[in-house]
Amino acid sequence: MSLAQSPPKGASVRNARVVSALQRYGVLIALSLLILFGTLRYENFLSPYNITTVLSYNSMFGLIALGMAFVIITGGIDLSVGSVAAFASVVAALLSPHGLWVALIGAVGAAAVLGLINGAIIAYLKILPFITTLAMLLAARGLALMLSGNQSVSADYDHGFTTLGQGSVFGVPYIAILLFVAFALGAVILRYTRFGRRVLAIGGNEEASRLMGLPVERTLLSVYTLSGALAGLAGVILASQFGAGQPTEGLGWELTAIAAVVVGGTLLTGGMGSIGSTLVGVLLLGVIFNVLNFENGRGTISLTVYWQSVIRGAFLLLVVILQNRLTRARAEP
Amino acid sequence: MSEGTTTPPLRPPAPAKQGSHRRSIPLLGPLLALLALLLFNIFFTPNFLTAQTLNVNLTQVATIVIVGVGMTLVIATAGIDLSVGALMAIAGALAPMLFLNPPLGSPALGVALAFVLPVLAAGAFGMFNGLLVTRFQIQPFIATLVLFIAGRGIAQVLTNGQLQTFSNTSFQVIGLGRPFGIPVQVILMLVVVALFAWVMARTVFGRQILAVGGNERAARLSGVPVNRVKLAVYGISGLLSGIAGLIVISINSSSDANQVGLNMELDAIAAVAVGGTALTGGRATIVGTLLGALIIQLIRYSLLARGVPDAAALVVKAGIILLAVYVQRQRR
Repeated sequence: MSLAQSPPKGASVRNARVVSALQRYGVLIALSLLILFGTLRYENFLSPYNITTVLSYNSMFGLIALGMAFVIITGGIDLSVGSVAAFASVVAALLSPHGLWVALIGAVGAAAVLGLINGAIIAYLKILPFITTLAMLLAARGLALMLSGNQSVSADYDHGFTTLGQGSVFGVPYIAILLFVAFALGAVILRYTRFGRRVLAIGGNEEASRLMGLPVERTLLSVYTLSGALAGLAGVILASQFGAGQPTEGLGWELTAIAAVVVGGTLLTGGMGSIGSTLVGVLLLGVIFNVLNFENGRGTISLTVYWQSVIRGAFLLLVVILQNRLTRARAEP
Repeated sequence: MSEGTTTPPLRPPAPAKQGSHRRSIPLLGPLLALLALLLFNIFFTPNFLTAQTLNVNLTQVATIVIVGVGMTLVIATAGIDLSVGALMAIAGALAPMLFLNPPLGSPALGVALAFVLPVLAAGAFGMFNGLLVTRFQIQPFIATLVLFIAGRGIAQVLTNGQLQTFSNTSFQVIGLGRPFGIPVQVILMLVVVALFAWVMARTVFGRQILAVGGNERAARLSGVPVNRVKLAVYGISGLLSGIAGLIVISINSSSDANQVGLNMELDAIAAVAVGGTALTGGRATIVGTLLGALIIQLIRYSLLARGVPDAAALVVKAGIILLAVYVQRQRR
């Protein structure tokens, strides 16, 4: 922020709040319009198959974005989520002969430990979150490759491990249910618990939180552990859905998650944000790619998969610029 | 050896942050670490003291140093550039297109353009980063995160995800040439280090970079063109990444948009941090970055020489980066 142009602190916070709220409705409207567009234009858009595919595919990004939302609300960032998920997918595949629960708990636990390490380094050694988690991105990838012997690990199909990723109840995939339950829990935690208020307070002003006697370090530790655990859960889903632990997967997932969080109106500067809108952000990104796929199928455009990361990057860029513009424009009288 | 940190400001208006840092001998730590690593390898690694080992290590470290120098400038302004690896991939994707399909049917022109245009393109993307940081006031790591992912996507879109293989002696001089037995990229590396060590120590621009990183507000108030300085450092970082991208594809005789420059941002940041440049900005040492890169390279070489697998080396590298940044923090 250039000091010459930045408004007084109070005004800036108020404006940020207005922008954040505006954006939440904006995203919801955008998602609704896009779904309406898809429904009118493509025959199979609202088919159960397409809906479950979109939900299943995006459940991994959704869980990661949920953890990322908590991290970003504290004013931090977690760039390690993609490789932590890859690491967890390998752990889960290796444990899959012992059944779903062992694999699930083992992989999520292992990923949570990596998150805990992130949190400890950030909270106690005071190293910047993006440096810490960038190093973890490297380390988790290394661990994943070591455990898997540099290749993907087939999961066991006989002891129920793949039910999580492939099963459904009344036609609703388990992982879609998991996604919505996780977000409901996340929203309740952020809004109604002491932990949630601490997360918000730390993002708003870390120094003031400390002076008020809030356990800043412990809260940061929990938040990064949560992000690691959710990335781990995404990794388990990856292994369970595709039947293999994939040490090289997860490239660029952090950008998808950050984009979803930011699109949902959470400010990268921390201190405010919404869990519900993060889910809307995830779905918006998911539906955008779904629509692009339909258009590809119709032959109106022909975008290769390589466009995906370009489009995600452009999307993030657009939203961040817009947020900055709106926050500043409203600040200047 | 002591540029940047100890030279007094040459021009009166340069408001470099003074007095707040303890004046220890700036490069002592990295020098001792490098010496220890050298001694360790001389005693415990077979065939370490051969021209071939020296050559291997120097050719491998050259790209880290070249990118690290740009990163040093960016970090000196209290910024960061996560996009360097992706910009290497973009330059690496563009070059073969030019010399494999030479314009006007002239191979010489194709090679000439392959040296110039990809580097300029990478520089332009760097300027784009700078624009986001200055005009749009986006935090540097978010601004460069966009190209960190999307940049590699652009390189993949350009090549349609295909591996481009080639054999072109005149282009590959940049990675394989050996005038007087010295690899061309090592000469390039030394030129880049010398040039920017001079820039940081002896030019107004160098002082301005430190002023912006030390105290942006004070710099602005004392008339330093803050935005132009930032734009320039991100542009330079892009240009240097472009050069490094060309070197990598020349060595490999192929360009793979998935692989060129992968994890380079970490190597470069680690080199800068290990070399003693503060990640908070306001201080910079180019020679330190050279030493930092050499240290990282020697650690990697020591591990590989002992048969430690690549994957484990990644974990070790992550540890080194954190350690270096932590030591940096303690020194402030």
